[in-house]
Amino acid sequence: MKPARFGYHAPQSVEETCQLLASLEDAKVLAGGQSLVPLLNFRLARPAHLVDINRIGNLDRIYERDGGVAVQALARQSTVEDSELAARLCPLLPAALRQVAHRVIRNRGTVCGSLAHADPASELPAVMLALNGHVVAASARGQRIIPAADLFTSVMQTALAPDELLVEAWFPGAHGKYAIAEESRRHGDFALAGAVRYGDRLALFGVAATPVMADPRDPTKGLQPSGDLEATPEFRLHLVRALTERLFAA
Amino acid sequence: MKVNGVAHPVPVDPRRLLSDHLRHDLGLTGTHVGCEHGVCGCCTVLLDGAPVRSCLMLAVQAEGHEVTTIEGLAQSGSPLHPVQQAFHECHGLQCGFCTPGFVMSVVGLLREHPDPTPEQVDEGIAGNLCRCTGYASIRRAVHRAAELSKK
Repeated sequence: MKPARFGYHAPQSVEETCQLLASLEDAKVLAGGQSLVPLLNFRLARPAHLVDINRIGNLDRIYERDGGVAVQALARQSTVEDSELAARLCPLLPAALRQVAHRVIRNRGTVCGSLAHADPASELPAVMLALNGHVVAASARGQRIIPAADLFTSVMQTALAPDELLVEAWFPGAHGKYAIAEESRRHGDFALAGAVRYGDRLALFGVAATPVMADPRDPTKGLQPSGDLEATPEFRLHLVRALTERLFAA
Repeated sequence: MKVNGVAHPVPVDPRRLLSDHLRHDLGLTGTHVGCEHGVCGCCTVLLDGAPVRSCLMLAVQAEGHEVTTIEGLAQSGSPLHPVQQAFHECHGLQCGFCTPGFVMSVVGLLREHPDPTPEQVDEGIAGNLCRCTGYASIRRAVHRAAELSKK
């Protein structure tokens, strides 16, 4: 056994999930599991309860809403990557998904899960920030919309309350110039630094506690990235400048 | 859940990983376990036909689903699966530890791209690590498998 003991719950509906999240102490939502299960296996995460939402029907749709793409909680990354609707309305999204880990991981991983996990080095939070999208959070108290700018609060921390389920991510229709670039030690690894361009907007990832917006003319302004075995802070700043230049040269 | 076409009850303990369930409870030790955090790709199996990491799934999550392991590709005594045959012909393995994961990933890759470009091959096997071959012979094996699959 790798994960520590947990109570397992497999609700059949969003309402049942919200009731569980409202009543359970220390519960984590399990969607694709491609970030959560490694943490469980290493026992870096030891939640008392897992609420597995995979048995909820009709929560895997990708549909057009307000001119953009709405992606429900159980839509797998590979499905969104192949979605004709996403390619037409928001081509940056499939382009970014192709940089997320590997296809086999994306077969299971979800777009909403990546946003809720909020790894600062991951692509999708920065994409959502660059596009000014939002997520829809549901709880027993009702639904609310959280704009991207308010969603990411710290390293793997979001504005979602413990009793809230991220039921949908919305990416605006985006037909301006877009590009995403990142540098990692191996293909599919987390980025040492990455950048997303949409029109004149620039979002960076891997260089702060959350994805951050930056000025394309002075992208490192105010940045204080951390250093680790893979990259010094100076190297990360260099990458930000180089990636920004690449994105805006096109 | 069904494993290689045979129905099995899911384990009682929800923290049993699918990879451990296959190996320890069902004796299907062809699915190998390397890193157990989704990096190496050794434990790749098909879930309803699509390759996934069995170390990143709880066995209980496979309830109602179809799991295919390396043992399910060809019956004992019958001809090898085209992907297995291609790995054999092209020396797509040395020590063989990573091979079941590669084979299952390639089965998934060829299902999506029956005639893959070199770039699609690289992308398709990028999630699997091999420390012996240097990948050149594996790439050849994928193209050979595509040929064999069409016959």
